[in-house]
Amino acid sequence: MPALVIPSPGSPAHPRATDLREGPTWKDAPYPVLVLGADGRVVDLNPSARQVLADRRGAAAGRDEAPSWLADAHRSLTDGTGVPSTTPRAAGEIAGRFFEARPGPVTDGSATWWLTDVTGRREAERSLLGARRQAEVRAMVSSTLLSSLNVPRCAEVATRTASEHLADAALLVLPPVGRRYAVTHAVRGGPAVHTSRLVDPRDVPGLAEALQGYPPVPARWIDPAALPEWVVPAGFGGAVGSVIVAALPGHGVPAGALILLRSSTEQAFGPDEEEFARLFAARAGAALSAARLYSEQSAITATLMRELLPPTLENVHGVDYAGRYRAASDHERIGGDFYDVHPGADASRETFVVLGDVAGKGLEAAVLTGKIRNTLHALLPLASDHEQVLTLLNGALLSSHHTRFATLVLACVRREDDGRVRLRLTSAGHMPPLIVRADGRVEEAATHGTLVGALPSVSVRTAEEWLAPGETCLLYTDGITEARGGPLGDELFGEHRLRQALRECAGMPGEAVVERVQMLAAQWLGTGNHDDMATVAISAPRTARR
Amino acid sequence: MSGTPLSAAELRDRLWQAVLEGGEYEAVDAIRAGLDAGWEEEALLLDVVASVQERIGAEWAADRITVAQEHAATAINERVITALVHRQPANRPAGSYRGRVTVSCVDGEWHAFPARLVAEVLRLRGWQVDYLGAQTPTPHLVAHQHRTNSDAVLLSGSISTHLPAAHAAITACQAVGVPVVAGGRAFGPDGRYARALGADAWAPDARGAAAALEAGLARPAAVRDTVDDLPHLADQEYTMVVRSRSRLVKQVLVDLESGFPALRAYSDAQRERTAEDLVHIMDFLATALYLDDAEVFTGFLRWTAEVLTARGVPVRSLRSGLDIIGEQLHDFPRALRLVREGAAALRDGAAAGAVGTAV
Repeated sequence: MPALVIPSPGSPAHPRATDLREGPTWKDAPYPVLVLGADGRVVDLNPSARQVLADRRGAAAGRDEAPSWLADAHRSLTDGTGVPSTTPRAAGEIAGRFFEARPGPVTDGSATWWLTDVTGRREAERSLLGARRQAEVRAMVSSTLLSSLNVPRCAEVATRTASEHLADAALLVLPPVGRRYAVTHAVRGGPAVHTSRLVDPRDVPGLAEALQGYPPVPARWIDPAALPEWVVPAGFGGAVGSVIVAALPGHGVPAGALILLRSSTEQAFGPDEEEFARLFAARAGAALSAARLYSEQSAITATLMRELLPPTLENVHGVDYAGRYRAASDHERIGGDFYDVHPGADASRETFVVLGDVAGKGLEAAVLTGKIRNTLHALLPLASDHEQVLTLLNGALLSSHHTRFATLVLACVRREDDGRVRLRLTSAGHMPPLIVRADGRVEEAATHGTLVGALPSVSVRTAEEWLAPGETCLLYTDGITEARGGPLGDELFGEHRLRQALRECAGMPGEAVVERVQMLAAQWLGTGNHDDMATVAISAPRTARR
Repeated sequence: MSGTPLSAAELRDRLWQAVLEGGEYEAVDAIRAGLDAGWEEEALLLDVVASVQERIGAEWAADRITVAQEHAATAINERVITALVHRQPANRPAGSYRGRVTVSCVDGEWHAFPARLVAEVLRLRGWQVDYLGAQTPTPHLVAHQHRTNSDAVLLSGSISTHLPAAHAAITACQAVGVPVVAGGRAFGPDGRYARALGADAWAPDARGAAAALEAGLARPAAVRDTVDDLPHLADQEYTMVVRSRSRLVKQVLVDLESGFPALRAYSDAQRERTAEDLVHIMDFLATALYLDDAEVFTGFLRWTAEVLTARGVPVRSLRSGLDIIGEQLHDFPRALRLVREGAAALRDGAAAGAVGTAV
């Protein structure tokens, strides 16, 4: 007979099944208790254990047949020599319920096993784990969907995610541009594919309504037989069993429609899927409409900005021009500085160059630079007379509602037959241009004048300069010289450092000069704040173009 | 395929002479000669133009050409690339469209040449390339990703001090779902800093970048916690050193002057150079702190010692500067360890240099 241990004080150390003592014994315990013999078979058991074993299907196995997991645990317990260091514990299923079993001491290969029903706890743990996993998937899907403001990218993520978690294949149909529909599809495990189609959404029941986005329509299961061919992606293996069409709710704008294809013919989602599908549609709709709004806005901005961006400069009539611009704030491309090169009608005519700085920075200043640039463009026929141009511009600025003023440098440039370049330079309240001679001398053009847009009249003095081949005239704005920083953190870059830098630029091509000046100023600044910085180099090429 | 075969060495010599003399047309002629001799554009770009560009940098470091010559030569080399890749695109075999990528320099990086080469090589191989060039603010790079849905960003960095900015750019691109291939000298000869900063791939050169793209890159799945990349930043030493850079430089200058009377006779310009040198040292030190990697710092010091020696400036002043910086940083154990390793590297370098000159 095996030894039994009843884990309560006062229990006999070696109770016997046949013990005829008064009072409760292990047989009366409210837990299933089994005594397994050396052969792993059930030697004895209490009524509670009998009830559990009897629930087994095919109870014909006999009452002395222990569940295999318990028999295994018993065998490994009795095979071991001596007492195990920790209480061994076994767990397994009996008749659809789940039990943990703890053994008493082993005597002659026999032991008593106390079983605890942990079915409820296990279910709870399992559902907690499932919920956690689901939450992870949802968080991942949400952050992936919302990570991009690019419409095609959002569509890719949405279809791939849907084909991974909700269906065997997913199609996303975006609201049409003209008569064409952008359709993105993904088959489970495959990449997302973009197509543009000339289709009639009314061919797919519910699609036209879903694409309108408003009023809200519930997702609906439709008959797979009614699907037009284009809806089934090439890689979809086998027949389509069930189809659902769902609208993606956007931010007041139609975000698109999702078509989910499944192989199974069951026209229903599980409760978890249902919830996930609803959340997914909301997130995908939000992401797509945010991306759509962003792309519309950035297209508008790009169109408006195109006119305000500094132009790309190149060789004009045998003279090299190079320009570089850095806006005051890194997230903008435009600001209150500007430059333009207006080529002469032919090589014998002067090319008109302007560089200027409007008081203030940012978009508002940029808008005014646009007006000044347009005004100057209109004044091109008069460009050879700098004073007249500036007087007319001054009048235009004074009569406009802008209260800002501007400083400018005007240059008329022509290359002569001997390869030298003739410059007529006029500063209107602006730093005079610096000329880098072939031998490294840096000279200031002798021009000065009043700024425009502030005083009733303009008075200026124009300087004439000549550039020999390899020499450069630099026009720049005060963003360069007033860059604050340096190794000690609080000094201005200043004109003397600019001149020093230019002395080292003798003989350099114009684009290398503007790059170097901008680079030194940027390095001087480090990460500090700065104004707009513009530089234009006018250079007489060293070698003649053949 | 006409004319006599031209070796890479011959073409390199011809191009080198042309860029050195600022001869744009001679330089373009040299490359045209290569094309006429049957060279592929990609091979010309990488085996001739790129290696001439490398030589420009090396010659400057060795003080055999001036800064002006370096810039002029680089500008000419850029024009050579333009002339090479813009010629008769119709004659080029129409490759299949592979995808769209963005090529950009790290914010603050002015060395655009390597990025330009990568951009042109990828174009030649059939990629649609958006080349953003030098000094691209990270917000522009990210906005560009929202606008274009690139398959990848190729991020180029030459100077290691831009690595913290590179880290920001890498994580920002990945956060919008675009994988990043890092390349350029800044990321280390074996790309170890690319890995440390969480780049999706590293490429040693333009061919490597093309190979990384052709192998295919997975989209970064979810938002990554950048704190996990560099856990040592929790000690705040990087932040403190960066924040107190100007103060430290001023203090070190004062200490240098009291220790080296010769410094008091320096002109303002000379003092400014010294201050700038100190700033460079601090910047590389900060980057080494950021990455927790001494090689960033010691490598910079060894290189600086070479440049100084080539210009006849004694390396002793560099060592004194380091010593004083070390005194100022006594509260920062990680920074202090880096400074000591830097000083040791300079001693070893000086010993090796002494042996070298004796031979």
